[in-house]
Amino acid sequence: MINADRIIASLIIISSLYFMWHAIALPIGWNGIEGGPGGGAFPFWLSVIMLICSAIVFWRSSSGTKFQKFSFDTSMIKPILLVSVSLLCTVGLISVIGAYIAIFLFLFWYLRVIGRHSIGLSLTIPVLTPILMFFFFEVTLRIMLPKGVSEPLFLPLYAKFF
Amino acid sequence: MVYRSFKTSILGMVAGASMIFGANVSFAGDWKPAKPITMVIMAGQGGGADRIARLFQSIIQKENLSNMPILPVNKGGGSGAEALRFLKDNEGDAHTIMATLNSYYTTPLRTDIGVDIAEFNPLARMAMDTFVLWVNAESEIKTLDDYVAAVSAAGGSWKMGGTGTGQEDSLVTAMLEKEFGIKHTYVPFKGGGTVAKNLVGNHIDSTVNNPAEQMGFWKAGKVRPIVAFTPERLDVFPDVPTAKELGHTIVYWMQRSFVAPKGMPTAAINYYTEMFEKLSATEEWQTYAKEKALVADMITGSELQKYFLDERAKHKEILASSE
Amino acid sequence: MDLLTLLSDGFATSLSPFNLMIVILGVTAGLFIGAMPGLGSVNGVAIVLPLTFVVPPASAIILLAAIYYGAMYGGAISSILLGIPGASTAVATTFDGRPMAQKGQAALALIAAAFASFVGGTIAVILFTLFAIPLADLALAFGPAEEFALVLLAFTTFVGLGGDDILKTIIMICLGLVLSTVGLDLISGQPRLIFGDLPGFYSGISFLVLAIGVYGVGEVLYTIETSKSNPTVSNAKITFKDLYTGIKTISSYTKTMSIGSFLGFFVGMLPAAGATPASLMAYGLAKQTSKKPETFGDGNIEGVIAPETANNAASTGSLLPMLTLGIPGSPTTALLLGGMVMWGLMPGPMLFIDQPDFVWGLISSLYTANVAAVLINIALIPLFVWALRMPFSVLCAIVLVLCIVGGFAPNQKMHDVWLIVLFGYAGYLLRKADYPLAPLVLALVLGPLMEKSFRQTLISEQGNILAFIERPLSATFIFLSLLFFIWPLVGLLRSSKREHPHFSSKRPDFSRQNS
Repeated sequence: MINADRIIASLIIISSLYFMWHAIALPIGWNGIEGGPGGGAFPFWLSVIMLICSAIVFWRSSSGTKFQKFSFDTSMIKPILLVSVSLLCTVGLISVIGAYIAIFLFLFWYLRVIGRHSIGLSLTIPVLTPILMFFFFEVTLRIMLPKGVSEPLFLPLYAKFF
Repeated sequence: MVYRSFKTSILGMVAGASMIFGANVSFAGDWKPAKPITMVIMAGQGGGADRIARLFQSIIQKENLSNMPILPVNKGGGSGAEALRFLKDNEGDAHTIMATLNSYYTTPLRTDIGVDIAEFNPLARMAMDTFVLWVNAESEIKTLDDYVAAVSAAGGSWKMGGTGTGQEDSLVTAMLEKEFGIKHTYVPFKGGGTVAKNLVGNHIDSTVNNPAEQMGFWKAGKVRPIVAFTPERLDVFPDVPTAKELGHTIVYWMQRSFVAPKGMPTAAINYYTEMFEKLSATEEWQTYAKEKALVADMITGSELQKYFLDERAKHKEILASSE
Repeated sequence: MDLLTLLSDGFATSLSPFNLMIVILGVTAGLFIGAMPGLGSVNGVAIVLPLTFVVPPASAIILLAAIYYGAMYGGAISSILLGIPGASTAVATTFDGRPMAQKGQAALALIAAAFASFVGGTIAVILFTLFAIPLADLALAFGPAEEFALVLLAFTTFVGLGGDDILKTIIMICLGLVLSTVGLDLISGQPRLIFGDLPGFYSGISFLVLAIGVYGVGEVLYTIETSKSNPTVSNAKITFKDLYTGIKTISSYTKTMSIGSFLGFFVGMLPAAGATPASLMAYGLAKQTSKKPETFGDGNIEGVIAPETANNAASTGSLLPMLTLGIPGSPTTALLLGGMVMWGLMPGPMLFIDQPDFVWGLISSLYTANVAAVLINIALIPLFVWALRMPFSVLCAIVLVLCIVGGFAPNQKMHDVWLIVLFGYAGYLLRKADYPLAPLVLALVLGPLMEKSFRQTLISEQGNILAFIERPLSATFIFLSLLFFIWPLVGLLRSSKREHPHFSSKRPDFSRQNS
């Protein structure tokens, strides 16, 4: 994985260009009337610095060997991808079925399938966590977590606790 | 009702569900909120608009004016554009209300955010906040004439602090410039409190600010009010003349109102309107309004909608002439 | 005496039963968070920050300060027992703490760490009490020009003292600054960088979202990758006899402890330096001044005492510029700063005038938090040993859930949760490629202030860029920041001739600077 440093450097180069493209919507030059740089100047010129520095990093990693010290542990790519994708799905599900059910599913999936824990532990933590969350966030802190389609299930709870 | 940010298809489903639910309740007769009410605040935390919205929330809670808690959420992004979009996206929701200020009409006029405020349901205008011109107490300026003379003498380098281009105080500044043919250097800061601090530290020369923001420094003798932009003198500053009595008709208000999303069930609108009427009558609110030089005359319903639309038309003119 | 009156008023606040309970709760939570491999004070504060809105600001800051202190103490625990630094600030503690544990002196090392932390923390709080008022007198002299110069100073010290790859530090600072410009341009009132009119970006990107993303989600991913071989936990039992002999042994190292405390406090006070460099510097200094430098690295107790006094002293020291000047000395204080802004308190010169109750309540709570931390730490050592044996996957799953709900709570936008996940992945990749993350978070916090004050100055001075050096205070800060920028370059030229063996081999650890 010698090229990982270069891949990340090129990702930064691309995002710098993307930021620059968005920044030019506002003036990027020295605005004489207002007396100072325009609204787009900061994001634009900082992106330029970022672009230059990441280009040097890119060039450096392809020329010397001194800076190529990091690599991915290939055997760990699979578990990391698995966790990343589960997290993404959970966040997506929160908008649909609500935070409580999504987090229950996530914890169960994580403990049972990824962590290979016993069925007892894999059920206790996922059941207890949303219950604690409800009392902590909604009842104590008065912060409503997203409910999605599970909203009607909570109406009796609201009536009871508020 | 915050989970609808991304999935518009879900939005439809949930809106449908809550509408069925709303219908059930209004069918049963007098409507009551079934879950906590989200109170969107069109400004960030800590500012004048935020403080007053949270004051309302605490009075409602204390006086038990609502059976469900009111949960304030700040959506001040983009001068309130974020809040306006949120209200639009929550069409038909019976548990969302919004605390507004003048950016309710100026923001959609200045940038196209796809929101028409005429669609929203007005609930109640609670108060009108006032504006006063302030200078540092060490300054030589005592009257409006002194001020105009000093600004002209500075030849455009007079530093007027404010809360941002397009904000209420910048509009008043523009009116001053037009009326007297003077020129300021307008320096924007984040929030009225920061402006007040910079005035006391002599980093700016003057500011147009709400009395509430400036009150602490005024009581400490650090700042001096020059002129009020109200039709009549304010009770708290009986010695400060109004621009009007000095022969310059500059009058500007900041309104503090509540609105509801389009399509909110009528029963719910009635419930909230009644809640705000009760709130307006509480002693705590009346005392606060008096202390902070707020004009607490309440209007609701179609009268309020007419007020909003008139103000929008007025601001369109002011903005066109100031930009 | 005025100072004593203020301090005793402060104690009246911090010793109220409610606040005392909060201190104990916070210290305990902080100890656990600090003791978890990978999680440091910055994680603890980031996770708890959204939950502080229910209590009055004074209690909220006391809670966060207690967590901060607790995590500082706790960081040593996994350094000693696992050999994995519990937080970057405890990196130096592993050098000698781990060998001590392997030699069967785990208990002694833990007691040394706790006691040294107490001494460092206490000396620093006393220094803090003495210096806070003179610095606060700068109060109203701070206008936009001075604000800008100070922020600049904070950034240059970060570049200079960080010890990371300078290019990558600059990239991270720029990225943080660019992200900080998302939202509304205050000067022109126009939206900018809202990436295709997403309303979620109107209010900009909260530092909290970035911090939870990179330090929460990113950290979990990183730990999953690096924890392939399961770490072994050394056992530790503590008797009163051990405690007695431990404290007696440690007391004889007054020189090491005073070096650590003063060095830690002053390095911590430098904007943006923070506790990690402080503890490494203290370790280096202790080694250089020791009679037996060759025993360092093989379980010399001085090698535990020096970094532990320094990192606690530095964590107190870094509160000083945060409170008096509004400039955070470390990522954790940057989070505290953000929190204070969210509670409607403006850190900076005015704070001591406007909010004396808050400030002195906080200062006095540092005394109580310190006492509470040392007692709870020693009492709970057996528990930490147990907690470190919690199955790793359970820990990861719970931390991820905390990140999701903790990120949602403050603004109640799913938009923020999506961003957290995105920043988590990005943070993991950047960290893999040795990009320092602390400058990124710091830049996002300071960015808006930097741009705003720069442009405000130029507007009010009609575009005269010399305004920054015409004012004495801002000129001083600009001069200092130039000095800080040039100094490491000089050092770099020198060290390329004569490479320091110890620090160069530990260099990658600097990238974990997260407190």
